[in-house]
Amino acid sequence: MITPNEIKETLSKALPVSVIETQDLTGGGDHWQVIIVSPAFEGKGLVEQHRMVNEALKAEIGDQRIHALALRTFTPAQWEKLGS
Amino acid sequence: MADDIFTKIDEKVKNNKVMLYMKGTPDFPQCGFSAHTVEILRSYGIPFASEDVLADPAIREGIKRYSNWPTIPQIYIGGKFVGGCDIVHELHERGELEPLLKTAFSG
Repeated sequence: MITPNEIKETLSKALPVSVIETQDLTGGGDHWQVIIVSPAFEGKGLVEQHRMVNEALKAEIGDQRIHALALRTFTPAQWEKLGS
Repeated sequence: MADDIFTKIDEKVKNNKVMLYMKGTPDFPQCGFSAHTVEILRSYGIPFASEDVLADPAIREGIKRYSNWPTIPQIYIGGKFVGGCDIVHELHERGELEPLLKTAFSG
């Protein structure tokens, strides 16, 4: 189990992040969907972006505090477009 | 031995325009993520090859090392690793999957 704040803290330490939205998919605190918007994703493919996030949360995934992680990653420009 | 698996995977990935490593088969998927991926691919009406990793433990482990990606399903288009269920879903939503498929099938 992990809290949204712990996820946010870990990610913000690893990446410059402008938006993080977490959703507990099952209510059990270990299946998460996380939306991350970061300028560090600029010019990178989705595979690489997801790798960056998985790498940042490696410890939490490794010890099963996070059992499943569904990711949606966006650059700030893509995120802005989505909102408009 | 690991090399044998990589060669086997490499051949399938290179010889099929769309190659899906999944749990189960397209008609009988054994996992929701694999099922969803099949559904997306089928919506384009394109042919794709698939392999059931549950039928071969060596492939199941080998494919994760081949792509350095921890989960299954895995989709390869035009010989390149594209991602898993999340990414294919995202590309589909963004309208970026169709051009990838078009390029693969026109080449």
